[in-house]
Amino acid sequence: MNRLLEIALPSAVFLCALLGWEFIVWWEAIPPYVLPAPSRILYTLYTDWGTLFGSLLVTVRITFEALFTAIVGGVALALLFAQSRLVERAFFPFAVALQVTPIVAIAPLLLIYLSSSTAVLTCAFLVAFFPILSNTALGLASADHNLVDLFELYRASKWQQLIWLRLPAALPYFLGGVRIGGGLALIGAIVAEIAAGSAGAGSGLAFRIVESGFLLNIPRMFAALTLISVAGILIYLFFAALSNVLLRRWHDSARSREG
Amino acid sequence: MSHVALASPPPAGPPLSGDALVSLRGIGKSFNNGTVALSGLNLDIHDGEFLSLLGPSGCGKSTVLRLIAKLAAPSGGTIDMRGDAELGFVFQEPTLMPWSSVFNNVYLPLRVRGVSRAEAKPRVEEALEQVGLSAFAHSYPRELSGGMKMRVSIARALVMRPALLLMDEPFAALDEITRTRLNDDLIRLQAKLRSTIVFVTHSVYESVYLSSRIVVMAARPGRVVADITIDEPQPRGEDFRLCAFYAERCRETSAALSAAMGANDVRLD
Repeated sequence: MNRLLEIALPSAVFLCALLGWEFIVWWEAIPPYVLPAPSRILYTLYTDWGTLFGSLLVTVRITFEALFTAIVGGVALALLFAQSRLVERAFFPFAVALQVTPIVAIAPLLLIYLSSSTAVLTCAFLVAFFPILSNTALGLASADHNLVDLFELYRASKWQQLIWLRLPAALPYFLGGVRIGGGLALIGAIVAEIAAGSAGAGSGLAFRIVESGFLLNIPRMFAALTLISVAGILIYLFFAALSNVLLRRWHDSARSREG
Repeated sequence: MSHVALASPPPAGPPLSGDALVSLRGIGKSFNNGTVALSGLNLDIHDGEFLSLLGPSGCGKSTVLRLIAKLAAPSGGTIDMRGDAELGFVFQEPTLMPWSSVFNNVYLPLRVRGVSRAEAKPRVEEALEQVGLSAFAHSYPRELSGGMKMRVSIARALVMRPALLLMDEPFAALDEITRTRLNDDLIRLQAKLRSTIVFVTHSVYESVYLSSRIVVMAARPGRVVADITIDEPQPRGEDFRLCAFYAERCRETSAALSAAMGANDVRLD
């Protein structure tokens, strides 16, 4: 009953918003090149599906490639940080500097140095990398200190401590990082593609938006935007579900409260 | 029946008795922030003893356990342990790995030593049986009550068949009913396993009920101020709690504890 309401209520509100939008466009007779109605966007999605879906695949592929690279790099660096505080001190400022510099500002530079597809991938990687690194590093350092003592008491090797204690303890933090990183990788890819603009030979969704803008094809811009949102939501839901499956048996974040 | 002795002043400690399982001599421990946790502490722990370390908070009783377990090094003095006695440690919190089943939590010490799962299985099952949790091998810690988690923690210590079991206020966070049951179970276990136990507590009643010997400590700096023997055969039961002898020992121990606190001008109103 409660669960039904949890899904029904936001769906109803969303539907009402769409209907309101549809009504206003119809009532005020707003032309589609100013503001297309939801029905018009849906129709464009249908007619331009071939082009748009192809672009969606390109963008999603870049996102996942970037995310995968960010996971490998972030976890590797976090493990290195966990080995010695000195290494962490030496390298963390770089990671922070990369994180706080807006990706929009770095993208044009990368586009000069790298081929446009590599530049897009690098941008997506850069934004996804930091949350995964910092979360994993935090997780590795946050193992219960009594358990660390217990491992010392039984003279466990560093390796055993890593595999049986630090990695499992870091898993919830890591998954949180991946969930944030997944969304950010998509944003990074889009931003870089927009920065590449017509110079890019790319055919991702952001390129479609830029292209449609030049052609004043506003309904298609909205259609591409819708696909980006849906892709972002699906990526988030995928990692939320993955995290739930992996942590269900033991972690409080995945606990369903009783009563 | 009982014997109360005020410990001799630190520099001239009692002679080293050759038959002690663990022998601490002139132990000092100070931390980096300048706190002196222990000073000139002498203590012998004998085979089969149930020794309680009793004292106000800050008297360094937990530090003594950590020093015996070699989780910390003393700033001065020597700790001698006979042979390579196997140790077990039970913390104030259950300290279980939440991502592992009860079985895997108890298996951990053996796993670290490279014992295969098949080889370890009978020993893990035996340890779980000793704490009455045979039916919960495949449960996860969060599915258990606080008392059951503590039992798992004890089973994990027992699985190594420790010659010396160190327990750091293991039942302090539990409710009265659970604590009483675990006290009785611990008495029964020790009578059966004949292991030596060092038990840190700040409860006079718990220490008198459980121990064959109570060492009272004072704070700032941490030191031994009284050594009380409780001459009552194990296993003890509910009737022990009701007898005059128990009440007398509690009074005696309370007095020693008050004296220990008075030494620091601490008043309880």
